[in-house]
Amino acid sequence: MRIGVVTFPGTLDDRDAARAVKYAGAEAISLWHGDADLKGVDAVILPGGFSYGDYLRCGAISRFAPVMTEIIAQANKGMPLLGICNGFQVLCEAHLLPGALTRNHELHFLCRDQTLKIENTTSAWTSNFKMAQEIVIPLKNGEGSFQCDDETLKSLEGNNQIIARYVGENPNGSRNLIAGITNEHGNVVGLMPHPEHAIDSLTGPSTDGLPFFTSVLAALVGK
Amino acid sequence: MNLDTVAVAQTSPDTKQPFAELGLKPDEYARIKEILGRRPTSSELAMYSVMWSEHCSYKSSKVHLKQFGEKAPHSDALLVGIGENAGVVDVGQGYAVTFKIESHNHPSFIEPYQGAATGVGGIVRDILTMGARPIAVMDPLRFGPADAPDTKRVLPGIVAGIGGYGNCLGLPNIGGEITFDQTYLGNPLVNALCVGVMKHDQIKLAKASGAGNLVVLFGAKTGGDGIGGVSVLASETFGASGPAKRPSVQVGDPFVEKVLIECSLEIFAEDLVVGIQDLGGAGLSCATSELASGGSGGMQVQLDKVPLRDPSLSPEEILMSESQERMCAIVEPKHIARFLEICAKWDVTVDVIGEVTDGDRLIITWHGEVIVDVPPRTVAHEGPVYNRPLAQPAYIDIVNAQIIDVPLPKTAEEIKAALLTIASTPNLADKSWVTSQYDKYVQGNTILAQPEDAGMVRVDESTQLGVAISTDANANWSYLNPYEGAKLALAEAARNIAVAGAKPLAVTNCLNFGSPEDPGVMWQFAESVRGLADGCLEMGLPVTGGNVSFYNQTGDVAILPTPVIGVLGVIQDVRTRTPMGIPAAGLDLYLLGETKNDLAGSEWAFLHNQRGGNSPIADLQREMKLIDFLLANNSIFKCAHDLSQGGLAATLIETTLKNNIGATITLSDAGIELLSETPSRVLIAIDPANATKITYPATKIGTTGGTSLTINGAEISLADLRTAHTETFPKLFG
Repeated sequence: MRIGVVTFPGTLDDRDAARAVKYAGAEAISLWHGDADLKGVDAVILPGGFSYGDYLRCGAISRFAPVMTEIIAQANKGMPLLGICNGFQVLCEAHLLPGALTRNHELHFLCRDQTLKIENTTSAWTSNFKMAQEIVIPLKNGEGSFQCDDETLKSLEGNNQIIARYVGENPNGSRNLIAGITNEHGNVVGLMPHPEHAIDSLTGPSTDGLPFFTSVLAALVGK
Repeated sequence: MNLDTVAVAQTSPDTKQPFAELGLKPDEYARIKEILGRRPTSSELAMYSVMWSEHCSYKSSKVHLKQFGEKAPHSDALLVGIGENAGVVDVGQGYAVTFKIESHNHPSFIEPYQGAATGVGGIVRDILTMGARPIAVMDPLRFGPADAPDTKRVLPGIVAGIGGYGNCLGLPNIGGEITFDQTYLGNPLVNALCVGVMKHDQIKLAKASGAGNLVVLFGAKTGGDGIGGVSVLASETFGASGPAKRPSVQVGDPFVEKVLIECSLEIFAEDLVVGIQDLGGAGLSCATSELASGGSGGMQVQLDKVPLRDPSLSPEEILMSESQERMCAIVEPKHIARFLEICAKWDVTVDVIGEVTDGDRLIITWHGEVIVDVPPRTVAHEGPVYNRPLAQPAYIDIVNAQIIDVPLPKTAEEIKAALLTIASTPNLADKSWVTSQYDKYVQGNTILAQPEDAGMVRVDESTQLGVAISTDANANWSYLNPYEGAKLALAEAARNIAVAGAKPLAVTNCLNFGSPEDPGVMWQFAESVRGLADGCLEMGLPVTGGNVSFYNQTGDVAILPTPVIGVLGVIQDVRTRTPMGIPAAGLDLYLLGETKNDLAGSEWAFLHNQRGGNSPIADLQREMKLIDFLLANNSIFKCAHDLSQGGLAATLIETTLKNNIGATITLSDAGIELLSETPSRVLIAIDPANATKITYPATKIGTTGGTSLTINGAEISLADLRTAHTETFPKLFG
């Protein structure tokens, strides 16, 4: 199984995402922002970082990168696509997911171990979790407050598109404590916290992040 | 425009030049004229003035710093020593590690966010310049009183600047210190450390050799930031028509630096450079003169080829600009096409601005006219050297004669109150408000980070080789006795490395002091350097480099002498590291080492406004025995935590709160045992069955378990302790 990991200028967590893919048992394929060739990968991860320096708006420039044209086309055909942190911002800017990520309500960058509750186990990236399972993975961002209009929120809630919610105090002011969402088909997932930093308890707070990466393998095998 | 060329200078010897405004003394100006055999051009004057500044030339500190070389212990680990951008040590398996710490104190006071941000940017480029991939940063910080209005101005900005820049570079921030003291009011200390890793054969040096090789400038375009004083020259040369004042604090763009790092590493991997230097303090003046000086000496630079953000910059300003995120490389002509290709891939601006010549002069032209023609060593390495007067300040005898008289807790109520005070006082309170603004996870190799005793990162995933770093200073002790204070800071940093399970290997330092023109401050500095050099020799740890920051004072009041010592250690298998927090109930707690009445310079004395007494005398033989014991018996420690500021009280608070597992402690003389800061002590937790394996002087002081910390019957719930420990910073700065 081949999973592409995109590097934009300013991407930071690409090596971590590739490591997580390997831990899950798949092959990580490096994809370059300027190259529209997806190298035949079965799924794609847009990792965290500050692509294009977050100039203009987080993710606003990345969505126009040559590689994104092909990724958007494939995602619309059902290819599993995970956007983590900055990747989530890119997915919103690319209109693959609704809503937007805005500045944390306390206006600080925040890095901490965050408890999440999994609320959807049917998406391509969350099938290996149990419903209502609580996990602890790192959260680290300055603009992670999920915002959308009331109608979108209602439809996200109604369609079971909330992947995970923050447990406890709202870390960044996200509406309805939303930490991650999926599209209607369940193949595109955006997640603000970082599962790729929680695959080995030696370097992370837990191994709770790994099922995101094993889930997609199960989804691809089952196809 | 009146261009001050060499030809003009030769025919106008009597032109008055603003050397004093640029910080040069009359005799220094005279020496420049003697070197050149004529008056300097305004561009040459700009170069000499900035390169002969205290910051670049170490003119007041050089005569003392040479002890680090003279007293250097034998070390097989040292690959590159003092003098290069950063020292390099061998950590085994073919890996070399480079690390360095630098100050960015003054800019951070003026403009906290950008000052601190560019401090991170500068030290990261120093590490990159050695050929290494930067893998972690750390930031020891010092501020005025926590509740002072100016601290509220500078601290949040400095923290945000460090986070804003470091996070965007993808470098985990794994530790540091935050300490408050009245003397840092108006003189905050922002020290930034970076560590990087490479293979032995990838080490790069700052030298321009091989006539015909190209001088290549890449990275950000040059702008008017960081020019400050040189605007004097611009206005002299251009009259009123030029831009009047330039900002003296640089503005950073971490995105440009991140791209520059990846671009440079790709260039290094293909071995495309002969020599490389980053542009930091003194910008192009420094990079060109140091590269030329490090090589055979000859270099020609066409200054008009430098890409500019601001086309109105004068040649003098271009030479002095401290615009961030720039590097200067020496490239063989056969490699230039590939070099330019990699820069294009990363969208990095790049221009060939000159070439190495077989002469011995650095010649800089501006649209064909020679504006600089100097022997580069005289600019870069042969600046003035001062043997400044020094004298033991009068305060030393006075404070050393003072007897510490502080109330010590005896009853259960007093013990509880003391613990809550220690838990919540700004110097010892939980620093999460700060560290949660730093990314500690990026790169996926962070094994230990704040509030652990040392930061630790994995170097090789397949072998689990890792390095640990700790930075420490105890300015209270340095104030009482700068010689012992420096040794004690070294001992503490080395101990912290060993506590985490790593073997101390090498030392870096950032020496923060008041004005060198004050003989008392100069004495503090000289004593600190002597202490550190003696300590390093005794402990067998080479000094690989460092930084001096003088003039940290307001009026006549200098900061406490603050030598920040960084120690790097190596750990063969990071899975064997020892964390600081109690991991389970049912363990026995042992205090390694002996506790004496060492309240002088302690946090408890500070809390009672007592600054006198005598600092402990460093016993480095004892320290090394403790370190040997720690390293040999690492496998039986369930956790280990150093005792330092705040004594056993602070250590117990931190180790219990880490994993929310309490402890019951019995002490014979609780007051002193909790609050004394005798060095060379460590708290460990072990399985009771391993008691016989403790072959170092130790006292069993209690057992782990429960949800409170109980000392001689005084019980404090961990919940109350946590509230006291964690609410201080958000209340002050949230």
